[in-house]
Amino acid sequence: MKNTLELFGRYYLLMRMVLVKPDKWRIFWKQFIIDTEKLILSSIPIVAVISVFIGAVIVIQTAYNIENPFIPKMYVGYMARESLVLEFCSTMIALILAGKVGSNISSELGSMRISEQIDAMEMMGINSANYLILPKIACSVIFNPLIMIMSFMVGLLGGAGIIIFTGVITMGEYTEGLQYAFRSYYIFYSMIKMSAFSFVITSVSSFYGYYATDGSLGVGRSSTKAIVVSSISILVVNLVITQLMLN
Amino acid sequence: MITVKEINKFFGENQVLKNISIKYTPGKCSMIIGASGSGKTVLLKTLVGLLEPDSGEIWYGDTLFSSLDFEGKKSIRKEIGMLFQGGALFDFATVEENIRFPMDFFTDWSREEKRERVNFCLKRVNLVNVNNLYPNELSGGMQKRVGIARAIALNPKYLFCDEPNSGLDPLTSIVIDQLISEITAEYNITTVINSHDMNSVMEIGDQVGFIYKGELVWEGDKNNILTSSHKVLNEFVFASNMAKKMKEMMG
Repeated sequence: MKNTLELFGRYYLLMRMVLVKPDKWRIFWKQFIIDTEKLILSSIPIVAVISVFIGAVIVIQTAYNIENPFIPKMYVGYMARESLVLEFCSTMIALILAGKVGSNISSELGSMRISEQIDAMEMMGINSANYLILPKIACSVIFNPLIMIMSFMVGLLGGAGIIIFTGVITMGEYTEGLQYAFRSYYIFYSMIKMSAFSFVITSVSSFYGYYATDGSLGVGRSSTKAIVVSSISILVVNLVITQLMLN
Repeated sequence: MITVKEINKFFGENQVLKNISIKYTPGKCSMIIGASGSGKTVLLKTLVGLLEPDSGEIWYGDTLFSSLDFEGKKSIRKEIGMLFQGGALFDFATVEENIRFPMDFFTDWSREEKRERVNFCLKRVNLVNVNNLYPNELSGGMQKRVGIARAIALNPKYLFCDEPNSGLDPLTSIVIDQLISEITAEYNITTVINSHDMNSVMEIGDQVGFIYKGELVWEGDKNNILTSSHKVLNEFVFASNMAKKMKEMMG
């Protein structure tokens, strides 16, 4: 219990150092662009591939589970849309990004810590936490919701693709279902969730990397802890936000 | 001048620094020597504020450095240059970007002015045509020289070096030592060097403090370190066979 409280305390103190006005905005924006390319743009291919397959699988599974002839086939499209927008494109993609992006961040910062690069920045009078971590948090919180939108559209396309290949339902039934009882609030809800998940992924991974010790072994350990703690935190945050926004 | 008054530092129940008091003056290479684990690096990191002392005072001129928070220490840190044991060059930046790093944060110089300063610092450490190389493309000696160039980029008043010759061959070590000594004298910098290399002591040790089990047990310079009667110091200084033979020849 004492260790957990200490951990929360150190996390809070780190975030206090991170979430301040940058010393120089020009340097912040330069780092922001670099991190956007590294963390966001490089994630697009894997998110797209996963979304296509998830969309396809949801359509097949839903179609084969609707055996009752009194249930219209257009519910396949409806269920695919609801599943993707409410949960898969935010939570599942966030869990995947926790592994890809989280391990990248924690191992990068951990390597910098053990090679004294962070000490060198501190020595120069630079707020290393603000310089290294704030751009990562900012670009993830701003752009990951757009990644979620992309994932949603690609997932729907994946569903359409599998319909063309297997013919489980007709395209007309699928598109009718996609448009049925559409609530734009769910898109807003998912984007809010994705922003919150992005903050969790980047801040937790940065925390473990920034305070890595014990050489390369410690960097590996911090990377593992970052992924595990991020993943659990995502699930907890998901529950809280869902209760607040959909109750 | 840096004044250290009765510094104590604990890690848990282990007291790593015991009542250390010393003064470091401008224009001199002051060395902290001692065996591995004696507390040299802890003392150096405490002097620069990377570690907080548990008691005692560290003064930079008239400013009580040890009592300042991070923001307060910033103004002093802008006057400090530090060379880390492994160089601590930023992997993500070229040589030019590494040296320009403090300038980007703390000056409003134009791009041309910064480039001129980078080239001046590189010339000062005898490096040419390396601006666009990354740290992993440099040899150990070159990395150390880039580290020195970065440390002097903003004309520091204080220079700290943590085992600057670590991992270098004897000839390159002498080059680095002489570079540090020249820069110290030329710019009247207060230089503190952490080392266990007796060759460095004999090259540039204007002031030498010997740390043994966390205590400062001897102070002197390179001229009287060889003739001291301090038992523990002599065991350290004359540990190698070469040094023992030198002592025999000295009588």
